[in-house]
Amino acid sequence: MSDKKGMDPKTYKFDTLSLHAGYQPHKNAGSRQVPIYQTTSYLFDDVDHAAALFNLERGGHIYSRISNPTVAVLEERVASLEGGTAALATSSGMSAIFLAVMTLCEAGDHLVVSSQLYGGTVNLFRLTLPKFGIKTTFVKPRDTEGFKKAIQKNTKGIFGELVGNPGNEIMNMPEIAKIAHDAGIPLMVDATYQTPYLCKPIDHGADIVVHSLTKWMAGHGSSMAGIIVEGGKFDWMQNDKFPTMTQPYEGYHGLSFAEEFGPTAFTMKARAEGMRDFGPCLSPQNAWNVLQGIETLSVRMKKHCENAEKMVEYLLGHESVAWVSHPSVPDHPDHDLASKLLPNGKGSMIAFGIKGGKAAGEAFINNVKLASHLANVGDTRTLVIHPASATHSQMDEATLKFAGLSHDMIRLSVGIEDIDDIKNDFENGFRAARKPRLVSNQ
Amino acid sequence: MKFQVNNNEVYASTGGRPFDKNKPLIIFVHGSGLTHMTWVLQTRYFAFHGYSVLALDMPGHGLSGGESLKSIEDMADWVSDVIDAVGYKEASLVGHSQGCLVTVECTARNPDKIKTLSLMGGAGAIPMNPELLFLAENNDPKAVELMMDWAHGPAGHFGGHPVPGLYHINTGSMLAKTRTIKNTLGVDFRACDNYKNGFEAAKQIKIPTLSILATDDKMCPVKEGKKLANLIEGSQIDIIDNCGHMMLLEEADRVLNVLKKFITTNYPAN
Repeated sequence: MSDKKGMDPKTYKFDTLSLHAGYQPHKNAGSRQVPIYQTTSYLFDDVDHAAALFNLERGGHIYSRISNPTVAVLEERVASLEGGTAALATSSGMSAIFLAVMTLCEAGDHLVVSSQLYGGTVNLFRLTLPKFGIKTTFVKPRDTEGFKKAIQKNTKGIFGELVGNPGNEIMNMPEIAKIAHDAGIPLMVDATYQTPYLCKPIDHGADIVVHSLTKWMAGHGSSMAGIIVEGGKFDWMQNDKFPTMTQPYEGYHGLSFAEEFGPTAFTMKARAEGMRDFGPCLSPQNAWNVLQGIETLSVRMKKHCENAEKMVEYLLGHESVAWVSHPSVPDHPDHDLASKLLPNGKGSMIAFGIKGGKAAGEAFINNVKLASHLANVGDTRTLVIHPASATHSQMDEATLKFAGLSHDMIRLSVGIEDIDDIKNDFENGFRAARKPRLVSNQ
Repeated sequence: MKFQVNNNEVYASTGGRPFDKNKPLIIFVHGSGLTHMTWVLQTRYFAFHGYSVLALDMPGHGLSGGESLKSIEDMADWVSDVIDAVGYKEASLVGHSQGCLVTVECTARNPDKIKTLSLMGGAGAIPMNPELLFLAENNDPKAVELMMDWAHGPAGHFGGHPVPGLYHINTGSMLAKTRTIKNTLGVDFRACDNYKNGFEAAKQIKIPTLSILATDDKMCPVKEGKKLANLIEGSQIDIIDNCGHMMLLEEADRVLNVLKKFITTNYPAN
């Protein structure tokens, strides 16, 4: 490395890319806002043009299940923000994970997966993917060495949420990436909780990043969307583990995705095969809604994180709270790692335990008025839920315990309302939560 | 496909079709530090329309073996050797940026072997910015970042990749980082900087030649491209508005359409 200073690239920075990446007005009738291409299909110039598009000889749009110009703006925008080479938007975060796995794996393959995940994701890996012949070994996110030990001959990747849902355990992404790469397999990370404003997993070794765009990226609780982002660094040809990436593919006249597309091979395959055959496409209206959210991503994330830290302080000092888990808390086991991976803020998801257990938790949830009780996170509004009875309710006791959930846990997604109003609302909840205990103590 | 040239393994994309020696050959030569993948939006079309295609990884680049060649003249001779190695007596050449220097020199040295020449973002000389050269030769990733900044026009900086979902600058950066920067980009930049024979070589070219230039090309500006093209007898020029040096990706469709018309007219498939 040289220490020569002087010229610097003038490529656009994060806040500018949030507003502009993926779109050129002069190619769209001068429309300053991204148009919503509400169409199913696109005219071909002639038969030769049609054949060339279908055969990936030219870039372009054929049918909106495969690609759409409004959705493509979103894809480029997120790729630019994540530092990725390419992205593929999907109808939801879950379809993004499913499509990423199906692009990577075949029947008989195996994945090593963090145990601290959104309940739906746990069910996908634990119950649904085995139906396709894809098996999973779960490892606790802090057990870095456990990821290494769990790798088998047929393991095709490691997957995890950077900050686990709902317990806020953090994967040591750089070390786990090294473990994956030493084994010749990619690391896939769900970075929904962070957004690229807080962390760009590709910079820390991740090869594939997935998001539920429904959450902070869209930010307003209006639209479902997901995305797969490719880092472009993973060498699919380094071993013989990924024949569907490296060998001629019958579905495109013998195309080898890795040879032809290199750093964008995974996205090309996910679109050409996955979108063609599974079809979880994102609607252009929802893509547009997400784009509106991304325009203010950094502004909102700053406020989310600022409010979250104030709520952490408030909860830590509250008599009704048994414990608080947030990476900003100095005695959080992953505080130092979080400071390294999340320098712009530790996120707005807080897990806390309410004194009085399940009954108190239910009373709290039933008595907050400003905070919304629902199964979502990352809204501009403050959201609360009792995971053991909702998002993770399909798990049995043992799985709940392995996933790090307790019956007193409240999951809080801190919104961007005035912080005093959120605290006042919580006071009402805590007051109600204390009542059943008083009754039971009599 | 992989084959041997001068005892080193060479990788070339055949555009997704088996290499067929009965079809006319088009060879694509990439720019500094890059790989065959820059040509994916041109090669597949020709491969499926009557031509045999070789989008080369130059020695030491991409998937090819050996070490990077240190002069444009050596690269020109190597391209000629590739034609021999795959059993052809003639070929059509397409070059981008540094690949233009290579193909111009190769054509001048092999007037009977090369049948058409297509140049994209070409110039008769590509003197390197000393700081950029220093960074590349010292393996500094900033060299790639600067190259990607200067090489891309509006499509690269704002977006609008012809292939939905791809982001130009990051994809280009990854291509340029496929191998060690100082061994690819560093060697290539030095070779470009040292090469002084472009204008003389151009004067010797008598075959149909096409130059595709772009108004926002900061690396090989239109006036430099025209200077080269005007030295080649009967050369055609096509200028693309609002496009940078990476026109083969930024305006892939336009480039393919112009290239298709030129090659199919001057070097028709069987």
